[in-house]
Amino acid sequence: MTAPRDKFGRPIVVVTGMGIVTSLGAGKTDNWKRLTAGESGIKTVTRFPIDGMKTTMAGAVDFVTVDPFSSTSLSERLAVMATEEALEQSAIGSKGDFPGPLFLAVAPIETEWPQRLEVARAVETKDFGLVEYLAACGSGKFTSFHRRFTFGSVALHLAETFGTKGSPISLSTACASGATAIQLGVEAIRRGEADAALCIATDGSVNPEAMVRFSLLSALSTQNDPPQSASKPFSKNRDGFVMAEGAGALVLESYDAAMGRGATILGVVAGCGELTDSFHRTRSSPDGKPAIGCVRKTLADAGMEPNQIDHINAHGTSTPENDKMEYLATAAVFGEHTPNIPVSSNKSMVGHTISAAGAVEAIFSLLTLEHQRIPPTINYEVPDPAIPFDVVGNKARDARVTAVMSNSFGFGGQNASLILTREPA
Amino acid sequence: MAEPKEVWITGIGLLYSLGEGLDAHWEALAAKRVNVDEQRIAPYVIHPIAPVSFDAQIPKKGDQRQMEMWQRIGTYAAGLALDSAGVKGNQESLSRMDMIIAAGGGERDLTVDLAIMNADAQGNLPSGAINEKLMNELRPTLFLAQLSNLLAGNIAIVHGVCGTSRTFMGEEASSIDAARNAVARIGAGQSDIALVGAAHNGDRGDLLMLYQFGGFSLKDRYVPVWARKDKPGFAIGSAGAFLVMESREHAEARGAKPYAKLTKVVADLARRKESGALTRSLEAMWPQLGVNDEHPVLITGATGAEPATAEERAFLSEHPGLAVRATGTTFGHLVEAQFPLGLALAALSISRGALYLANDPTGFEVEKAGAPTQIVVMGAGHYQGEGMALVEAVK
Repeated sequence: MTAPRDKFGRPIVVVTGMGIVTSLGAGKTDNWKRLTAGESGIKTVTRFPIDGMKTTMAGAVDFVTVDPFSSTSLSERLAVMATEEALEQSAIGSKGDFPGPLFLAVAPIETEWPQRLEVARAVETKDFGLVEYLAACGSGKFTSFHRRFTFGSVALHLAETFGTKGSPISLSTACASGATAIQLGVEAIRRGEADAALCIATDGSVNPEAMVRFSLLSALSTQNDPPQSASKPFSKNRDGFVMAEGAGALVLESYDAAMGRGATILGVVAGCGELTDSFHRTRSSPDGKPAIGCVRKTLADAGMEPNQIDHINAHGTSTPENDKMEYLATAAVFGEHTPNIPVSSNKSMVGHTISAAGAVEAIFSLLTLEHQRIPPTINYEVPDPAIPFDVVGNKARDARVTAVMSNSFGFGGQNASLILTREPA
Repeated sequence: MAEPKEVWITGIGLLYSLGEGLDAHWEALAAKRVNVDEQRIAPYVIHPIAPVSFDAQIPKKGDQRQMEMWQRIGTYAAGLALDSAGVKGNQESLSRMDMIIAAGGGERDLTVDLAIMNADAQGNLPSGAINEKLMNELRPTLFLAQLSNLLAGNIAIVHGVCGTSRTFMGEEASSIDAARNAVARIGAGQSDIALVGAAHNGDRGDLLMLYQFGGFSLKDRYVPVWARKDKPGFAIGSAGAFLVMESREHAEARGAKPYAKLTKVVADLARRKESGALTRSLEAMWPQLGVNDEHPVLITGATGAEPATAEERAFLSEHPGLAVRATGTTFGHLVEAQFPLGLALAALSISRGALYLANDPTGFEVEKAGAPTQIVVMGAGHYQGEGMALVEAVK
């Protein structure tokens, strides 16, 4: 019997349920099989016309449909699917009655073009301006758009569907959102505020305007052909990230609560850390100091030494800047141990699931611990000599893995890292 | 569990449609001044922001250019809060400071949007042409003004608040949860000092669209919140409201003076499909606060939207003797910023030893004699989410 508290006297936080949807498929089984086989979920976009776009591919989840389509409705649907899987595995509470709070990472929400245009077609005057348009908005025919496009709408639906307790928290920390949702759950359990927390991260943002916006920031890869080769983290010829959709859901519990109800423990969230970068709105500090600080805070939070980490699930976006900065920050913290750590980026296959990435990659990290097998970084044909990581290139690798660090570094200076272990430390 | 640490409010930053600074607010409230515009987007009533030079808190023009108005308002008010707490420029404090921002989304380029919508409505928008228009006409930096977490990003860049940064979303409830989370973390020793707040720009056609979908806009004529029964709705307002919160030990160690202490924040999500659910949820939260003042004060962010405001009123009617103030009357509806504004006015009233005057022709708000020792701040979202906080004098 392991001690129910960590070395700082806090309740140990364990994972008892996980659910996942990505462009590779729905569910852990399919995702793990395809991920470790090195398959890509990136395809040419068919959801909408791609005329005039510089980037024409994405990791869209096309096998899930919602009608009428909106990114918000798709995000909600993906979240429901992932959560149902997580709850089934965890067997916590009862249907529609989850015994704890909800922390939801979700993309910022606004009215989307199909709906905006639907209202425009209902405006009675020609050459209308704002006031005429507003009159159409308020005609009473579009009440459902208010329900759909308020920022709290996805959390409201999830809270009602799964019966989470209290006020659900929706959050955005850009590309770190999924990690932040987990972190909020860990903190609530450590405070003794809750015995269980439902942490969900979802993103269904592949729509024309979102792609245009990221494209205008020159953040996306434009290597459209073939689409599955576009995302090439740590390669010399990488040129940007690939937008993708997905969702991850985790049931977190205190070790005591999980043991008390005889739940199967899938892994431990041993540490979380976060440190803001104030260098620039979209770029990381070139010296990597904030990312270094974030990784160090995470190790300190877990009470672990750098040499105890034996795999890094990298943020690895495949942008020229991120991957380089991530290497510098890692090397600064791990020093001589750096070459001993196999590093891989799931984004080479599933793309960048943005708001969902932190949770999706935490789940892949936990599956790595379970299967003792590290998923590959595909498209690793031309290694970048400036990034001498031990990249798990192109083929999955069997390895002894006891502790994984999963990194998320995002726009707005958002850095968050997690350490996941198989057993309580 | 150990007794939670006492949480002090040691900094307040306010910028709204009547001016900036704590004295300006106090005077405006005493004079019952309201800055409201019935013409600009008639028939929709809005509270625009007061003309302000942002240079004092956002010295680099380049930074100002990278922000839209809601971010400028927020970054400015955050700077005022840091000044007020005496931590502005204090790198040691700022590098450890946790930030919890409540935010919606940023402003859209309505000129571009309206041109596309008109073209489409007239049948002049071939499939795929929308991409090209967006590629050519959207400003690249506009995206950064639209991302919810970029208010926090700007505050980090301009003021150096760099411990942790989390942005909560979800309209009114998001800032109640921001305050709740900050108090929980400080109380449990997971944080020593935090910056909590939100900003809102009421001069925004895109926000009016969202609220018009639900028929929530106040139209034609401004009236105070409690006088809207026959014509319910809210006028969106403009303000930034930020607070510096810290543990008593942390404040005392650096010699900071408190405005008030923030004893408790509670929040819930009533299933509002059932009539009366909001009233019942508020009733259930009240005893958790520990109000023992015989004549307590309650500052509410009541929106004027129905049925939420009627349900809130039903709750208030069960508590005779409360001196109520609806911030929406003076400030308009600030959505995410309403609850931090309520906390700020509560802390200010406690520190000044008086509650500001009622501004309510219906007589629902009554005057309060003497210094308030306990002020309840309440927020009920126009559509979902509700919560309360207890602000008290430091003994």
